[in-house]
Amino acid sequence: MTARWRAAALVLPLLIYTVVTFLVPLTTMLVRSFYDPVVAEVLPGVLAALDDWNGSGDPPEPAWEAAATDLRAAAEAGTVGRVASRVGRVDPDLRTVLPGTAFALAEGGLRPARGQTWHDVMVSVDSAWASPDTWRGIKEGGRRFTSRHYLNAVDLTRGPDGSVAARPEDRRIYLPLFWRTLQVSLAVTLLCLVLGYPVAHLIAHASPRKRGILLALVLVPFWTSLLARTTSWIVLLQNQGVINDLLVATGLVADDGRLALVYNMAGTLIAMAHVLLPFMVLSLYSVMNSISPQYMRAAASLGARPWHAFRKVYWPQSLPGVGAGCLMVFILAIGYYITPALVGGSSGQLISNMVAYHMQQSLNWGLAAALGVLMLGGVMLLYVLYDRLTGGRVGIR
Amino acid sequence: MTALKPDLKSGPTTPHVCFEAVSKSYDGKTLVVHSLDLEVARGEFLTLLGPSGSGKTTILMLLAGFEVPSAGVIRVAGKPVQDLPPRKRGIGMVFQNYALFPHMTVRENLEFPLEARSVAAQAREERVARAMDLVRLSGLAGRRPAQLSGGQQQRVAIARALVFEPELVLMDEPLGALDRSLREEMQYEIRSIQRRLGVTMVYVTHDQREAMVMSDRIAVLRGGRIEQIAGPEGLYEEPERVFVANFIGENNRLDAEVTSVEKHLCEVVTGGETIRAIKVADCEVGDTVTLSMRPERVAVNPRDGLYSNETDAIVEDVVFLGGQLRVRMTACGSDQIVAKIPNMLGHGGLLVGDTVRIGWAVADCRALAAEPAHS
Repeated sequence: MTARWRAAALVLPLLIYTVVTFLVPLTTMLVRSFYDPVVAEVLPGVLAALDDWNGSGDPPEPAWEAAATDLRAAAEAGTVGRVASRVGRVDPDLRTVLPGTAFALAEGGLRPARGQTWHDVMVSVDSAWASPDTWRGIKEGGRRFTSRHYLNAVDLTRGPDGSVAARPEDRRIYLPLFWRTLQVSLAVTLLCLVLGYPVAHLIAHASPRKRGILLALVLVPFWTSLLARTTSWIVLLQNQGVINDLLVATGLVADDGRLALVYNMAGTLIAMAHVLLPFMVLSLYSVMNSISPQYMRAAASLGARPWHAFRKVYWPQSLPGVGAGCLMVFILAIGYYITPALVGGSSGQLISNMVAYHMQQSLNWGLAAALGVLMLGGVMLLYVLYDRLTGGRVGIR
Repeated sequence: MTALKPDLKSGPTTPHVCFEAVSKSYDGKTLVVHSLDLEVARGEFLTLLGPSGSGKTTILMLLAGFEVPSAGVIRVAGKPVQDLPPRKRGIGMVFQNYALFPHMTVRENLEFPLEARSVAAQAREERVARAMDLVRLSGLAGRRPAQLSGGQQQRVAIARALVFEPELVLMDEPLGALDRSLREEMQYEIRSIQRRLGVTMVYVTHDQREAMVMSDRIAVLRGGRIEQIAGPEGLYEEPERVFVANFIGENNRLDAEVTSVEKHLCEVVTGGETIRAIKVADCEVGDTVTLSMRPERVAVNPRDGLYSNETDAIVEDVVFLGGQLRVRMTACGSDQIVAKIPNMLGHGGLLVGDTVRIGWAVADCRALAAEPAHS
């Protein structure tokens, strides 16, 4: 028993490390995609008063006083900005209305004069309070649990009456981006397969000495910094770069017709395929390595032409490698960030770049988290599908 | 003995397979096969027997078309084939580890060569059924190779090599992966299938027993050359080289000096004893030869005057083998003289240290060209 505990203790550092650096941050991010208590904590009174309000007409009288109290407190506590940015995502007007009112209340020490209600005070500070839209925005933004980020992430909006509708086509952002990411990932996967298959075959069936050299040729770029590889593609692909110079020098392309190979989709495809190619080659290689050359010999001795032998004998046996390689490249491509960010320009950006934007620029972490969850879910679904399709059946050897 | 198929393409005298001065080198320096001349008759079962590195598999690969000869001509049914790709040679082949396609069922494996030859679906089915029947595998058509035992896989491999009805079949140590009893069973079975179909067989093995059981003729190989080619009996009874004598069965070897030479016989001296032997090597008086005697031809305490070669020996070791006793003795200056004597009444009394009389016939003692001990 003590031996088992001692063994467990050896794993403990890794366990702690994983929990602290991976599980906890990941879970927090995932939770953010549907749970945000900030508004509810800062404006508890208003939200309680709005509980029974159906969203049309003026809100009940207690809500006005509660709003004034909560906002003044928020202004004094310095939390009004955080609330404004969140509620502002529901209704952009509130981004200015809330802080404006809060500071006016806090500095002016406004109170209802005789014969006045809080209603009059609020409307006199900002006429926006007279509109039910403002209150609806607060009520919507104040939900602790919200599907808003997910709706947003798939270009849906919730109307005033709570019904869900698609955004107008020209205002959709994420669905086209998801679609583009999917297309790029598929294209990169296919490109890697077509380029990698012959290379892996060559390596797997080369003499041991040649195999070492060829493997090194695959691994050295693999070990090279991603950043270095991506930026060298800029050097190669840019307008005055090596490839365009070559094309012009050989007369294939006119000097004023240099190809746009970088800062667009072409750049993203080329650079991503190059970065991800080793994953494909190594996956294929590990499977091909175990396919005995005897099989192809047997096929030839049985009268099969090379192509027939490849199609019927070699290809089916290499399928586990094809599956593993494609899955690996596709999953990595789906979440690819650095390469499209550097060489993609505006037309070569992928969904992960949008996640980064919401994490770093717009600070809409809830939306970033929702996008992340959707990607994670998609990849997991894909993996389960792959496992179902191949699980336990492709048992070679 | 073997059922010969009528042969229309070439006369009955044309060998089915013919190697003419074939050499093979992988690096351009060392020859793996040395100027090989070999003929295999139609319907013959020929075994290439030799230790690893003797070139037997290379010869098979040259014939199958997986290796190209560095020099020489290989003919099948009279036509040179050395430049034909394997698929055009129409040779059935069973590989060392069967090389059954793991992702196909038994039926798909057997259909593969027929499909490659565009055999019509119905004829395909018939032939597959016949081949499965031939190797007694009916009922296993839907299994994958991994679901079969080693022996069953072996049968599938044989069926696949035969299903397209080749006239020439090659087998590369096909029984190496099987356990002993199964291996013996398969030896007889392969032999019987080969005779029934009348196909020509070139078979590679390093197991001399296997070669003896199955073959019409055996080519004993060493260092890329044929040491001797003969039927099993000929190889055992009349080895022409020490290597062959040692490789096939158990052998007593004695280095000796020639003292007189007749036409077919010679007299040699070893360890102070004069021995008469059949002169196999081309030797003269004063040359060193190696005597070869089979242990079961060495008699212990023979009747007086039965053998012209007799000498005293000291028993070093007696091993009980059931039907036989294996007696190791010191005689003629060697402590490795072995006699295998029938386990009969009166022989049980041999004890280590006893001095006995041993003898053997001149006909059972062959004087072969001496070979350096290391080879």
